[in-house]
Amino acid sequence: MKRRLAQYSTRTHDFEKHDHRSRDPPVCHMILVSEGRKMAAHLSYGRVNLNILREAARKELREFLDKCAGSKAIVWDEYLTGPFGLIAQYSLLKEHEVEKMFTLKPGRLPAADVKNIIFFVRPKLELMDIIADNVASEDKLRTPRDFHVLFVPRRSLLCEQRLKEKGVLGSLINVDEYILDLIPYDGDLLSMESESAFRECYLENDQTSLYHTAKGLMTLQALYGTIPQIFGKGECARHVANMMLRMKREFAGCQTQILPVFDTLLLLDRNVDLLTPLATQLTYEGLIDEIYSINNGYVKLPPEKFAQKKQGEGEKDLPTEPKKLQLNSAEELYAEIRDKNFNAVGAALSKKAKIISAAFEERHNAKTVGEIKQFVSQLPHMQAARTSLANHTSVAELIKDITTSDAFFDNLTVEQEFMTGVDTDKANTYIEDCIARKDPLIKILRLVCMQSVCNNGLKQKVLDFYKREILQTYGFQHILTLNNLEKAGLLKLQTATRNNYPTIRKTLKLWMEDANEQNPNDISYVYSGYAPLSVRLTQLLARPGWRSIEEVLKMLPGPHFEERQQLPSGLHKKRQQGENRITLVFFLGGVTYAEIAALRFLSQMEDGGTEYVIATTKLINGTSFIKSLMERLEVPP
Amino acid sequence: MSCRSYASYYHYYLRPVAMLSELGPDSRSHDGCVFFSHRKIELYEMGWNLKEGLRNCQIAAAPYGGPIALLKEPQRSSPSARPQLEIYTSSGSPMASFMWKSGVVKQLGWTISDDLLCVQEDGTVLVYDLFGSFKRHFSMGNELVQSHVLEAKIFHSPYGTGIAVLSGAYRFILATNIEDIKLRRLPEVPGLQGVPSCWTVLSQDRQTKVLLATGADLYILDNTACTPVSPSGFSPQATNIIQVAGSFSYKYLALFTDSGHVWMGSANLKEKLCEVDTKMRTPPTQMAWCWRPKSQQPSVVIMWEKYLLVVGPCKDTIQYNLDNESVLVPELDSVRIISGTHHELLQEVPVVSEEIFKIASMAPGALLLEAHKEYEKESQKADEYLREIKEQDGLGEAVKQCVEAAGYEHEPETQKMLLRAASFGKCFLSNFRPEQFVSTCRDLRVLNAVRDYTVGIPLTLQQYKQMTVQVLIDRLVYRKLYPLAIEICRYLKIPEYQGVSRVLKHWACCKVQQKEEADEVIARMVSLKLGETAGISYSDIAARAYECGRTELAIKLLEFEPRSGEQVPLLLKMKRSQLALSKAIESGDTDLVYTVVTYLKNEMNRGDFFMTLRNQPIALSLYRQFCKHQEQDTLKDLYNQDDDHQELGNFYVRASYQEGRLDTRMSCLQNAMDEYNKAKNEFNAKATEEEMRLLRFQRRLEEEKGERMVGCSLQDTLHCLLIVGLHKQAEQLYKDFRVPDKRYWWLKLNALAEKEDWEEMEKFSKTKKSPIGYLPFVDVCIKHHNKYEARKYVSKVTPEQKVKAHIAVGDLEGAAEVAIERRNEGEISLVLSHCTATTDRTIVDRLNRTRATAGKK
Repeated sequence: MKRRLAQYSTRTHDFEKHDHRSRDPPVCHMILVSEGRKMAAHLSYGRVNLNILREAARKELREFLDKCAGSKAIVWDEYLTGPFGLIAQYSLLKEHEVEKMFTLKPGRLPAADVKNIIFFVRPKLELMDIIADNVASEDKLRTPRDFHVLFVPRRSLLCEQRLKEKGVLGSLINVDEYILDLIPYDGDLLSMESESAFRECYLENDQTSLYHTAKGLMTLQALYGTIPQIFGKGECARHVANMMLRMKREFAGCQTQILPVFDTLLLLDRNVDLLTPLATQLTYEGLIDEIYSINNGYVKLPPEKFAQKKQGEGEKDLPTEPKKLQLNSAEELYAEIRDKNFNAVGAALSKKAKIISAAFEERHNAKTVGEIKQFVSQLPHMQAARTSLANHTSVAELIKDITTSDAFFDNLTVEQEFMTGVDTDKANTYIEDCIARKDPLIKILRLVCMQSVCNNGLKQKVLDFYKREILQTYGFQHILTLNNLEKAGLLKLQTATRNNYPTIRKTLKLWMEDANEQNPNDISYVYSGYAPLSVRLTQLLARPGWRSIEEVLKMLPGPHFEERQQLPSGLHKKRQQGENRITLVFFLGGVTYAEIAALRFLSQMEDGGTEYVIATTKLINGTSFIKSLMERLEVPP
Repeated sequence: MSCRSYASYYHYYLRPVAMLSELGPDSRSHDGCVFFSHRKIELYEMGWNLKEGLRNCQIAAAPYGGPIALLKEPQRSSPSARPQLEIYTSSGSPMASFMWKSGVVKQLGWTISDDLLCVQEDGTVLVYDLFGSFKRHFSMGNELVQSHVLEAKIFHSPYGTGIAVLSGAYRFILATNIEDIKLRRLPEVPGLQGVPSCWTVLSQDRQTKVLLATGADLYILDNTACTPVSPSGFSPQATNIIQVAGSFSYKYLALFTDSGHVWMGSANLKEKLCEVDTKMRTPPTQMAWCWRPKSQQPSVVIMWEKYLLVVGPCKDTIQYNLDNESVLVPELDSVRIISGTHHELLQEVPVVSEEIFKIASMAPGALLLEAHKEYEKESQKADEYLREIKEQDGLGEAVKQCVEAAGYEHEPETQKMLLRAASFGKCFLSNFRPEQFVSTCRDLRVLNAVRDYTVGIPLTLQQYKQMTVQVLIDRLVYRKLYPLAIEICRYLKIPEYQGVSRVLKHWACCKVQQKEEADEVIARMVSLKLGETAGISYSDIAARAYECGRTELAIKLLEFEPRSGEQVPLLLKMKRSQLALSKAIESGDTDLVYTVVTYLKNEMNRGDFFMTLRNQPIALSLYRQFCKHQEQDTLKDLYNQDDDHQELGNFYVRASYQEGRLDTRMSCLQNAMDEYNKAKNEFNAKATEEEMRLLRFQRRLEEEKGERMVGCSLQDTLHCLLIVGLHKQAEQLYKDFRVPDKRYWWLKLNALAEKEDWEEMEKFSKTKKSPIGYLPFVDVCIKHHNKYEARKYVSKVTPEQKVKAHIAVGDLEGAAEVAIERRNEGEISLVLSHCTATTDRTIVDRLNRTRATAGKK
């Protein structure tokens, strides 16, 4: 048995080594690491079975692969490997004769004895140039290989035009699109994995991602039925809703006869609530993301705490490779603690530890053969639980080291001062000190933006002071980043109108003094006091309705609206007694893990009456949010 | 058994032999071998009036009950006389007739989409529609103008309709799909000196091949080679092969030799089914396969003038005498026989029909039919028959048989009789699945409608299923039978998108070609009829109008198109680019907007192009994005046009970072500053100016002191200066750039600690009161592991921070002292948290005591 395992792993290894130019890291990591077929199980746990969506996506992928008959190699636009890992593992590709995988880069393609070369790319002009280069420098002497291009998520005439100009369109056998708008991320979570959506919409006035959103929602409705009610807040939300209604008109007649799964769609612009992503998330998952950043469902952690100490082996060398963990609800323990305030995680872990050790103790009680057999049958599950516990205890320790530091505490104190409206109209000493110490720029920008948002803009003097400090300390090149932040509304000059943040805070109860971190009774537990505005809006929409907060809605940017979509007769849902409504909340421009936690909290509230499925353009945190708005200007050598 | 006499009105049934003599054909049944039964059904009495029958004319009938084309040779053989081309439905109703004025026609044939192909002697192929309107023409190769087409065949394969011609040079030229013509010249046949005695086209293994016979030799011609072949088990006495026929699906082949033998076998010639001696030595006029798929009785129909012979493996043959000269039209499951007066269908009798209608049959279906008949007569015999079936436990089977048999019938009365019997039987069954019954009723209703004389599409159920209802609807549409097509769509509940909408679209496309009506009238009629029908593609209709040269009508029609994206390509084609742009924007599809923008860019002069964009902000910002990555200079022009000085400033800043040379960088920054000034962005202008000053300073420093720091931030520059000990320069910068005291102190403190210049640090701490307090001094020393230096500053720390300072230097006692003195709860806890119970016993006790007393107060 052992030998067979060893063989298997070498084979996997061979695959990773395929690339002849050793300096190129292979791109297969995303697909190889996922744990086989089990992976999709977590998608069907939720109220809405998102596996349908995943299966539809997989089917389409298989169909495309089969279109290119014979052995194949995939050349990846590296950005896509992460999202694709959520849809298909290498095993699926292998079943369809994918033998090699490369990263897209200029020059000649690596040698590979395959019949087909397939480029998986986003429709970007610069990528077209690379494809053209690849195709043009193909060795004419070798047996010819068939080239195909698969655009994700949508084909583009502009790109095809570019390929044509470069003279390679003719040599491509198949040019196709793989419509991958909404990727099922977890049982109640969909993401488009488009990190630049907010930037494109608010800085560049490029609404491509909104078009994809609308298309994605149409696909979703084709699979899960027409959503009868659409609510929204914000310019982008309005635009998406308009496109959806238009598309529905365009496709009138080919309506699906499916009983609607979702009752309501709520579209929320990120710029309606700029404050929440800037604040430090205090849930377990939120903190993992803040500190180590979760990418496509995976996190890389410093390995020291994960060193396996086995009996009799003594001190082993510490591992040097980062520890990679997959994080989703398939892991029972993680599903239980991910959304807790970090202060409640320790207790949960120790409770779990007791349960597990009690379960292992059971073996002493097992007397009869039957009892022993039953115990043994549970062993794999128990062992998995024990590993999971060990892992998360280590993660929690890592996080604790940070959350107990002075720096973390000071930062949090300032954040909370801003959120409660303490001295937001003058330059903050802590920020000043941080700049003076040259703390990471993103940290500074997060705080300054937060102050600006909580004060409905900064006074000219304060704003100029911060800007000047930043430019002098971190360099003049950041002048464009500052411009971007101003354009996006994160930094602004306070105009004559009064600061309406306190009104909003009070009306929407954004600050709860007595947030209960252990046994929460309000969403504010996710930020230990601050209730995310976006989620508050969602909560109030369900009960008592937005009419009660008209005044506040008017203070927030963009229009708010309600639309109804006619259902074909016979598809009106008859709700069972006590059956919850399902609302799909779509965050245009990104959502944080803490917001997701808050929505899950609302779903689980006993008398809530509404369950939430969350969709977004991208999972974000303050750091990635600010980063996406920065202008990267390198100082010339 | 007189009661079972309906076999008599089932008159085309050919069994038993005794009845055959009454019907005409004479069957020579040999030694009682397996059943070999065929029936001939009259489909129509032909509506045409052909004086000479089918003599002196070329005829082509499309499969699947398609139209018939006739090319009548002129009566008089004067040079001015022209042949007449006529098109009829399968029932002989005229659809078109016109004088043939083009060249000599070698072959007529139909495409799968009901277009008529006329292959001329010079290799030109003319394409006409069902109503005789000329559509287009193409050539089968220039060489044919010289060498001429000797023979041609039109064939159908999965790739579409193809044409094969034999040139005067005895070469075969092939086009597999006339919609996408790729001419292929097949290899030469060695030693071919004349027209082959017979040939046919085969479609095998996704390849189209020609099989030809010259004398006794047989060859297969494919793309690359000419291979001699010999059929398996071909009798040695067989001499010349004079007729060849492939089956409908190209799976089987029949060869007729001048010795009167027929060889039947697989198309690859490797398997022989049988060989039959027809005893006929004269060459037949036509030969065709007549074989229902899945049936066990392959048979071939051979025709000589007015004599028809059906042969098959059981050596059992059937003969028919025909009244008139006829043509055979092979079908998927049968052969149609068209003569000057009649149109008949010859097919193998389906097993189930045989079981039901066979005299004295005891099959469940036969008994059920009988039972129902008795029931209608209100006779109790019905019950007896039913019991009989039930005893055999065959009621389900009986119903199934009746339903299936109904499907094979052409006469509605017989269909009804069988279906009523089935419905009757169904009543006595529980849990019988009704699908087959319902679908058969439905299909028959559709089939009866299209078989009607006025429509003239004599499809069998099997053909209908093979061709699918979609294709049937297309065929009705080609015939402009729109109402019937729509009725069928509605009756079969085909989703509007694929059904009614498609028909209406065709109707509208046809409508827009009617030149005599005004644009407004047509647009109104179209919109009235189509209205909001789901899935109508108005843009397709508009495209057709545009093709017919009616641009105005096209634009009017496009206004009805709900999918703005669909309107764009046509609008561009019609050069309505402004409209195309706004439609593209409306669709929300940014790729489409890009497409129009690039089109406009190539189409218009730059000024107009920019003006157009200016009116469309979304297009403008997309184009800006494009330029940002692709054409930076255009970007600048765009901003210039809009007097967007802020963006111009940003543009120059960005440009400055792409420049390696400091001078160019400086001039970029100078431009940026000017633009920011124009934009009234004082902060940015000033910041840019400062950056230039800093760069100048750095350059000077580099020249003078050799320290490389060009491009560093002010902070880093200061840090560098302090590290290398250029305190004077640092001081100057600090003043020039009005660096806040606090930051400068932090900076200097860190730099000195890094250098471990403790002496200088102490001096620095005494220059004036520290704006950042003294705790940072403590912290920074500890950070650089110098407790000794750190202690020096503890006393200077403010009381609020003193506890922290003591803890930092590890002086718990001192920390406790301060905390107790200040009686501060938080501070006491802080100290406690740093104490360990064993080593700091006394301190812990003292602290706890203080806490207790503080608590009491």
